[in-house]
Amino acid sequence: MNDKVKHGWLWTLLFTVISIVWIFPLFLVLLNSFKDKTYITVNAFSIPFKKTFVGFTNYINGIEQTNLLASFVWTVVITVGSVVLILICTSMCAWWIVRVGNASAKTLYILFLFNMIVPFQMVMFTLSKISDMLGLNTPWGLWIIYLGFGAGLSVFIFTGVIKSIPQELEESAMIDGASVPRIFFQIVVPIMRPSIISVAILQTMWIWNDFLLPYLTLDMSKYKTMPIAIQYLRGGYGSVDMGAMMGCLVLAIIPIVVFYLICQKYIIKGVMAGAVKG
Amino acid sequence: MITMAGKAVRKWWALFVLPTFAAFIIGFVVPFIMGIYLSFTKFSTVTNSRWVGLRNYRGVFSDPEFVNALWRTIAFAIITTIIVNVFGFAIAYFLTKSIRGSSLFRSVFFMPNLIGGIILGYIWLLLINGVLAKWGRSITFSGTYGFWGIVILVSWQQIGYMMIIYIAGLQSLPGDVLEAAAVDGASKTQTLFKVTLPLMMPSITVCTFLTVTNGFKLFDQNLALTNGAPGNTSELLALNIYRTFYGRIGFEGVGQAKAVVFFLIVGAIVLIQNRLTTSKEVAA
Repeated sequence: MNDKVKHGWLWTLLFTVISIVWIFPLFLVLLNSFKDKTYITVNAFSIPFKKTFVGFTNYINGIEQTNLLASFVWTVVITVGSVVLILICTSMCAWWIVRVGNASAKTLYILFLFNMIVPFQMVMFTLSKISDMLGLNTPWGLWIIYLGFGAGLSVFIFTGVIKSIPQELEESAMIDGASVPRIFFQIVVPIMRPSIISVAILQTMWIWNDFLLPYLTLDMSKYKTMPIAIQYLRGGYGSVDMGAMMGCLVLAIIPIVVFYLICQKYIIKGVMAGAVKG
Repeated sequence: MITMAGKAVRKWWALFVLPTFAAFIIGFVVPFIMGIYLSFTKFSTVTNSRWVGLRNYRGVFSDPEFVNALWRTIAFAIITTIIVNVFGFAIAYFLTKSIRGSSLFRSVFFMPNLIGGIILGYIWLLLINGVLAKWGRSITFSGTYGFWGIVILVSWQQIGYMMIIYIAGLQSLPGDVLEAAAVDGASKTQTLFKVTLPLMMPSITVCTFLTVTNGFKLFDQNLALTNGAPGNTSELLALNIYRTFYGRIGFEGVGQAKAVVFFLIVGAIVLIQNRLTTSKEVAA
């Protein structure tokens, strides 16, 4: 349905203008990150010049006040570890559920579906207490918590994919004497590859940006993720150092933009896969 | 009936299922069941709970802040659902036509969706306060400002996401039906409203429910942009629950009961959606 539109260049012009408006908020943050902090809110729309231009001072202040570099490392550790663990464990679990298909497998599947509709607030208090009790208040403890709380969506997507994979391939390998783990990792995983990438993208987007779960479960005196570090800038009372805030925002947005530019194709596919989530 | 592969695989449950299942018990099942139980008790830690029956639930609905937040959240969910879906669909509709640069525009519209709620909140705090500074005000001037601030923020964030789903829907429309409409002399507007929109109902249902549930669950953006200020007048449901737990001493039981009510609302929305989508599929 690629019908031509009349006055094509007019539409291009219109959407160019809208696109510029669309990314303006991000541009504004970048602009203000080079401005002296006292001018930021009162004069948000002026371009930094001699008197108001402060170079990279805001960035240095922001990094010092929030320990942002350490937070970046912890966010990477938490996200990568959790996503890898989720991909391996839930794909194996989903395959077992589909291929076994007995009453216990079906019960398990329904439990995972149920997990998808429960909002985090329902379990936030008890989960944070349990993670403290079990000593899971570390980045690697969080891997287990994310695997547990995030299992529903991954299992759901993977079971959908595995149901469409014909069993004959696996059965003939079995007759040839291949072991069950080998069949899974050498035959099933390569076929599941596209869906594994989609789930990886979805979970990365969730865990990287997640605020409340790590905030309530992690030991705040030792580990902070980037969203938590930025929220801490606001502090309890008093005013926010808007300069440091702008520096931190830019530094937090850069990895996301880079990630987007590299994996755009997969991100769009991942979004489509995740649209089933209610 | 169990297949040969099934029999062989079943024995491997300890390797294939146990890791996920154990984490699932710790990270979800136990906290969930304890959460239900604690909503009927008075407690400050998990171990000192005392059964109080339905008292917490009476506390939930006699808390005017909660009832206000509930109505505010319903209004918020309805408004954002309309804005996000109308604009998301419109942009998808035009960007599936052969307009030069449309893939670049798609990328731009989708971009905000990747940024986390806390960061989005502070980006818009700068922009909105920057504009309001012209009148010597800020977003915490009144609850109305905060409410509409969050509406703008969430629209900006989610229009691109829904646009992607609508584009996929539009691209998979059957070409022959649209051609038939054109041959029969239907105008562009007629085709849009009489052919395209009815065929797009599955995508529209999915997107509508996604925006409604996102609206109900919204937390990070609310926390970063206004934190409910001034007073509690821009506080949505999820933030109200959080602040009942961690802002008021002695209200943990009421907070947990609010969380259960919240879960029931979100769960009901999802079940309705499920019913609607399945019945649509049967009809199609």
